[in-house]
Amino acid sequence: MNTNTKNNRKSVSYKKWGYVFLLPFFIAYIIFSLIPLLSTFYYSFFENYMSGLTQIGPNFVGMNNYKEIVFGSDLPKYAFNTIFMWLLGFIPQLTIAMILAIWFTSLKIKLRWTGFFKTVIYMPNLIMAAAFAMLFWAVFSDIGPVNNMLAALGFKPISFLQNIAGTRGLVALMNFLMWFGNTTIILMAGIMGIDNSILEAAQIDGASTWRTFWDVTIPSIKPILVYVLITSLIGGIQMFDVPQILTNGSGSPNRTAMTMIMFLNKHLFSKNFGLAGALSVILFIITAILSLIIYSNLTEREPKVKQLSVKGGSK
Amino acid sequence: MTTADKLNKLFRYIVLGLLALLCLFSFYILIVNSTRTHPQIQKGFSFLPDKFFMRNLNNVLDNEQVPVLKGIRNSLFVAGATAGLATYFSAMTAFAIHTYEFRFKKLAFTFIMMIMMIPQQVSALGFIKWMAQMNLMDSLLPLYLPAIASPVVFYFMISYMQSNLPKAVIEASRMDGASEFRTFNQIVLPIMKPAIAVQAIFTFVGSWNNYFIPSLIIRSADKKTMPILVAQLRSADYMKFDMGQVYMLIFLAIIPIIVVYILLSKYIVRGVAVGSVKE
Amino acid sequence: MKKARSIIALLLVLVMALSLVGCATDTPEAETPEEPAEEPAEEPAEEPEEPAEEPAAEKRILNIWGWNEEFKDRFEAYYVDAGLLPDDVDVKFTIVPSTDNAYQNALDQALLDQENVSDDEKIDMFLLEADYALKYVDSEYTLDVINDVGLTEEDLAVQYKYTQEIVTDSNGVIKGTSWQATPGLFAYRRSIAEDVLGSDDPEVVQEALSTWDKFYEVAEQADAKGYKMLSGYDDAYRVFSNNMSGPWVDENKVINVDDSILAWIEQTKDFTDKGYTNKSRLWDDQWQSDQGPGAKVFGFFYSTWGINFTLLDNSLEDLEAEKAVGNGIYGDYGVVYGPQNYYWGGSWIAAAKGSDDLDLVKDIMLVLTTDKDTMLQITKDTQDFTNHEQAMTELAADDSYASDFLGGQNHIKLFVESAKGIDMSNISPYDQGMNEHIQTAFADYFNGNVDFDTALDNFYKAVIEIYPELKRPE
Repeated sequence: MNTNTKNNRKSVSYKKWGYVFLLPFFIAYIIFSLIPLLSTFYYSFFENYMSGLTQIGPNFVGMNNYKEIVFGSDLPKYAFNTIFMWLLGFIPQLTIAMILAIWFTSLKIKLRWTGFFKTVIYMPNLIMAAAFAMLFWAVFSDIGPVNNMLAALGFKPISFLQNIAGTRGLVALMNFLMWFGNTTIILMAGIMGIDNSILEAAQIDGASTWRTFWDVTIPSIKPILVYVLITSLIGGIQMFDVPQILTNGSGSPNRTAMTMIMFLNKHLFSKNFGLAGALSVILFIITAILSLIIYSNLTEREPKVKQLSVKGGSK
Repeated sequence: MTTADKLNKLFRYIVLGLLALLCLFSFYILIVNSTRTHPQIQKGFSFLPDKFFMRNLNNVLDNEQVPVLKGIRNSLFVAGATAGLATYFSAMTAFAIHTYEFRFKKLAFTFIMMIMMIPQQVSALGFIKWMAQMNLMDSLLPLYLPAIASPVVFYFMISYMQSNLPKAVIEASRMDGASEFRTFNQIVLPIMKPAIAVQAIFTFVGSWNNYFIPSLIIRSADKKTMPILVAQLRSADYMKFDMGQVYMLIFLAIIPIIVVYILLSKYIVRGVAVGSVKE
Repeated sequence: MKKARSIIALLLVLVMALSLVGCATDTPEAETPEEPAEEPAEEPAEEPEEPAEEPAAEKRILNIWGWNEEFKDRFEAYYVDAGLLPDDVDVKFTIVPSTDNAYQNALDQALLDQENVSDDEKIDMFLLEADYALKYVDSEYTLDVINDVGLTEEDLAVQYKYTQEIVTDSNGVIKGTSWQATPGLFAYRRSIAEDVLGSDDPEVVQEALSTWDKFYEVAEQADAKGYKMLSGYDDAYRVFSNNMSGPWVDENKVINVDDSILAWIEQTKDFTDKGYTNKSRLWDDQWQSDQGPGAKVFGFFYSTWGINFTLLDNSLEDLEAEKAVGNGIYGDYGVVYGPQNYYWGGSWIAAAKGSDDLDLVKDIMLVLTTDKDTMLQITKDTQDFTNHEQAMTELAADDSYASDFLGGQNHIKLFVESAKGIDMSNISPYDQGMNEHIQTAFADYFNGNVDFDTALDNFYKAVIEIYPELKRPE
């Protein structure tokens, strides 16, 4: 960037526009998110819930709510469930999305009907999660078509939602189906942004498709990959409606499909501001740590993103 | 073309075909079930449609408890406003951080990246309480205005700007004497079109299918959005409980969003390549 | 293809444009999104912008809240259409679905705000289900139907006692009233009874099922002939949970799993292990199909409302054909009391504190829940078993009132007998959560995923999450 010096000199006069353009975001954020959020954090130090229609508290209890969540609940188990089900869906999601994105964008592989396929793979995301879960319920029920098929092939019927692998598998499958099209689209956007001359140069050098992929494609779309990873991780940690509806909020069998947000949601029932607040703070910390790890690992050798932070640091 | 190439191609079509089948399968069942009656649906699954499509459709349209047309209108408005606000203001926010040098730039960026990680449900209780205090209960406003601050959309926009919005373009616009505001609206936004289209779809769909917050805010029948109507139909009393109507309503709820999607999807694919200006 | 696409696109744009215009005119503030975001913060005290479309003529507004339209239908058919609604009253129903607890969340918020809103927005009456009725009844937000609303004890004397117990607070004050009674019974397949017991006569069947021990013996015999006694885990639950010796929670807020519940767990586990059921859950596809043609399940515990709607529709082969003998297993069900009395379901009306239309609330309660002619008519029109003991007793004695679906039995007669024995004095405000979570937690035990102690532990965890004030027993 040879324009940098010029920019720095000029930026003095444009500085205020930075603030002006940031204003709407921060005003909206403060009004609709920050105030409720701060009250959530504040109440995490109080005993404060509804017993029927009677308000209990707020009574200051210090770190008691945190102690109860960390030592008195099964949060580690729910965290494991969440991450496990997320990975179970995310690994195939990323793999297949990457393969499809390459197929769709490759100039060598001239597939027909790609317009149709691109349109169709995103469509599961359009259905309400509640409706999607209802459909899965019907398809995988004891008397549903999947079990009918198993029976016809001579297998014993499986009560999918009454066993652990079945329930977790279905949650992962639904998440996969709902999101792999989305990821494909984003990755395609990334791949199409790669300068064709670089790819051509690699091909002229005689690099194999595989080498080109690892040495050119992957590094070039790193910012997009980071975006996919982080947003998907956030989505994974916030996983809620699919398992909630599929298991009717119970996370059964034996709470092995209970995610962290489902656990949080339980406290909304009694408007338990105290415990819910403490749990929220803990969730925030977990997400922040995981995201920071990914972010710093993946952006280390990525000049563009680094450049941004350097610029910021130099004011 | 060699045989290997042909086999390769065949393999790809098979994979794509299977995935497409998997994706369309749910829609197929949805349509099949919208042609069946309640007891038929309850008693088991069928691959073949029945003949009750019109009956279910009329039942839903005649059911004055679920004002479908108003629901679609409300949902279109809320989702449209959400998509519009989220993409426009996120692009603006990203533009601010991408383009200008100012003191709190790094802080602002880090702050937004941090709040992106906070699950929405975390502040739901506080949000409802606060909306009640601001007299915004039973209003559509709290369903779309918060979209002005959408960290995830912002993150996508700034990633996109990093690779597709060279500073030279902004410089050139300034040389032409355009104001900063005009530069953003008339030069930057068109370049951002593909990113806006992608995020518009995502936010539109997300808002369209959102039940959690609207169910706590909306009360009046004429302000209800589609997911609330679906939930309401599902909790109908024993005499009215009708899965045929539920599936029909879901079917109706999906049509507008599919149309919006098909409309925008061509922008994504075509626009990404066109929009990317190389440095 | 391309043309079709652009036509669809055009249509949609048109629809969207129209809808946006429509909305914009309704809610003008929508056009300038940034400004209202700041405005409420500055003037939080301002009234919400109620569209002032109501004609200036002073019309009273009666606000009724519910989670579905059942009461609304009754109200319109037997109150409004009967010309009883005064001309100066507009009725506004607010229906919030019960999914994800949304109804109670919204209702709670509205009741807590009751003092701060104008008379026209105050809730006047709202509907309740038995499982959480005490939550509201035991609060100050519901009114005494006798001293506050103005019904007399004579008015209420016509109702079934148990329907009043459910809405009686800890001081003995009645806080609600219902138009229906929902006694439970056991609906059995006549053809299967014939095969297993040698007779399909209700008296013989009742004798064979009159205690749980005998019920168990019949299950054994049915199994030997290739039938299932029940469909799944939860079928018998309500019978046991309505016959507990004490409430779910004692005065020290300690959870008490009653012997009757333990008996249900033991019996269900036994039935499951021995293959006497199809392992279904209530309302799932298996359960529903077990009630239809081709099913081999002996019978179902059901309530008044289930017979003529759910069970009847499930029994048919062809829904379009006439609902008569010959269609599926129509006519093959019979009903008996079963081993124990119980009830299942029902809705209650409560008057809300702060209501400005109590005279109207009183009149509605009088007409719909105590007036003999109205209630008799409701039963005749809708098969709902109404909450008027004398009217129902008369109908029970009427030999012309028989159900073809039940093979010519007069089921009202059975309901009348069954309703007498129901005792609901052990109800608690926590029943909804308890009922739901004990069934969910123990489904894992029944199908062998976890042992008894783990299931019990999961049950305690689940209910303490939603009712933080409760404690496990020592």
